[in-house]
This record gives sequence, C-alpha cells and structure tokens, in this order.
Amino acid sequence: MDPVAAKYIGAGIAAIGMAGAAMGVGNIFGSFLSGALRNPSAAQSQFSNLIFGFAVTEALGIFSFLIALLLLFAV
Amino acid sequence: MADPNKVDPIHQFQITKIVPFGDGGFAFTNSALFMVLAVGLILAFLILSTGRRAIVPTRAQLMSEMLYEFVANMVRSSAGTAGMKFFPFVFSLFMFVLVANLFGMIPFFFTVTSHIIITFALAALVFAVVIIYGFWKNGLKFLKLFVPSGIPMYILPLVVLIEFVSFLSRPISLSVRLFANILAGHITLKVFAGFIVTLGSLGFLGWLGALLPLTMTVAITALELLVAALQAYVFAVLTSMYINDAIHPSH
Repeated sequence: MDPVAAKYIGAGIAAIGMAGAAMGVGNIFGSFLSGALRNPSAAQSQFSNLIFGFAVTEALGIFSFLIALLLLFAV
Repeated sequence: MADPNKVDPIHQFQITKIVPFGDGGFAFTNSALFMVLAVGLILAFLILSTGRRAIVPTRAQLMSEMLYEFVANMVRSSAGTAGMKFFPFVFSLFMFVLVANLFGMIPFFFTVTSHIIITFALAALVFAVVIIYGFWKNGLKFLKLFVPSGIPMYILPLVVLIEFVSFLSRPISLSVRLFANILAGHITLKVFAGFIVTLGSLGFLGWLGALLPLTMTVAITALELLVAALQAYVFAVLTSMYINDAIHPSH
C-alpha cells in the first residue's frame, strides 16, 4: 500500500476513538442534569466533580485525536 | 516546508536555542525562556499583590487570596488537614501549569506544557514525592496501598497486580493528559486558522466561506482557555489525591 494513503487511513481510524469519549462526556453531563433536576439544591456542590469527570473523560478522546493529528502532520 | 501555502501546525512547537552553552548541545531555549517568564510573572504577581496586606483588599490582593483559598480548599478536601503540609507544593504546581497554559494562548508565545518532557518531569516529581513521603511516614505499611481490605483471598493476587499497575501508570497518565490536551488544542487552532488562509486565497467567495472557520477559531480559542484552566485544576486535584494515598495508604 502507498505509505501516504496508509497514513491517512490510519488517521481516520484513530479519529474513531473520539466517539467513545463523546459518549462518555454526554453520559457525564446527562447524568449530572438528571441528578441536578431531581435535587437542585445539591447540584452546586457537585459542580467541581462534574468538571473533573468531564476533563478526565475528555482527555481520552483527546488522546485519539492527538494520534490522528500526529499521523497527519508529524509523521 | 518547501510549499509556503501548506499549513504546518507543528512548527509552533519547535524549540530554538537562544543562548547556547558550549558545544554539548546545552542551550537556553525558548522553552526555558517562557518557563522563566512564567515563574517570574507568578512571583511578581504574588509578591506585589500581597505586599501591602490591607484589611480591605485591593483587586490584585483579592485575586491572589482567591487562588490561595481555591487551592487550599482543594487540598483540604482531597488530602485532609494532614495534607496541608503539601499545600505549597500543590500551589506551585497549579500556578506553574496554569500560567504556562495561559501563556500558550497568547499569539507567538511558546507553550511550555505542550512538550511531554516538561509535563513528565512534573509528574515524576509528584510520583517521587508520593513514594518517598509514603515510605518515610508509613514504613512498609505504605504497601497496603496495593492491598484493598475486604477482598476475598482467592482474588487478592489479581487485585494487587491491578492496583500495582494502575499505580505505576499514574505518572504517565498524569503527564500525557496535560501534554496531549494542550498539544491537540493548539494543533486544532492552527489547522482551523490555516483553513481561513486557504479559503481566503480563492477570492471573494472564499472570503465568505472563510467566515466559517474564523467563527470556529474564535470558539476553539474560548474552549482552549477553558481547557487551559481546567487541566491545571485537574493536575492539581490528581496531585492532591495521590498525596492523600501517601498519607493514608489503607483504603
């Protein structure tokens, strides 16, 4: 196979990993909203946990995105 | 790059030597320059803002007091009062990462935290502090960290193995998370900014189309400002959680 084509295909495959992070981030905010609407008074105290969970989950998507970008531009 | 129209988003991470020392490859680089700038800015801000110590604080004093309170609450809630011993450590890490990340958002500034060696050095420092303090304070009881209580005997070896591997992977995940977020964010920003140039060279219709990536670039800049602060926060929170493990090793 042409190495350049293989590089682009690899970048595309690596980008699929972001779908998992998308589901995770959606799950975090969805769960937070459903919990917050049940008990709005406790929502504010959990905001830092929300942001923390978001950052940790989002990082995994960023990893695959990084691999895709590095394949495109750095390899 | 030979082709001037080709977008090269990696170029911004190049390290250049400013003042070389001898022939050994050592040099004062742009990375070192911006680290010194970051530390200088933090020091100047904290010293100047808290120098007068007024009872009714000025805006700058209020800002540094809020930063102090923010990190102090974070350390206290995750590592307990015993963890406040490490407050200066966590505060320095938080401020350095925060200012280095925010520096990266200024055009033409070098982003220190976009290099794995910088973030890994910080994470290795955290890891070394946790291990040395853990053994110094608890002795061999520190190894209880790997043995959760209430686990049936037949599954225990597997759990210990998993805990051990997850402990070893901490410095890697801690450093890669920060570095990858910053690197990917900056590359995305450059790629979208490159779309504006490419579309703009097509003429009038291209200029109209370039509005789209321009809007995207503004939105991503806002997101990256959020990520810069967030990753500094996450780095500091995880550091205080790991320090908590060193102080209270039993689960």
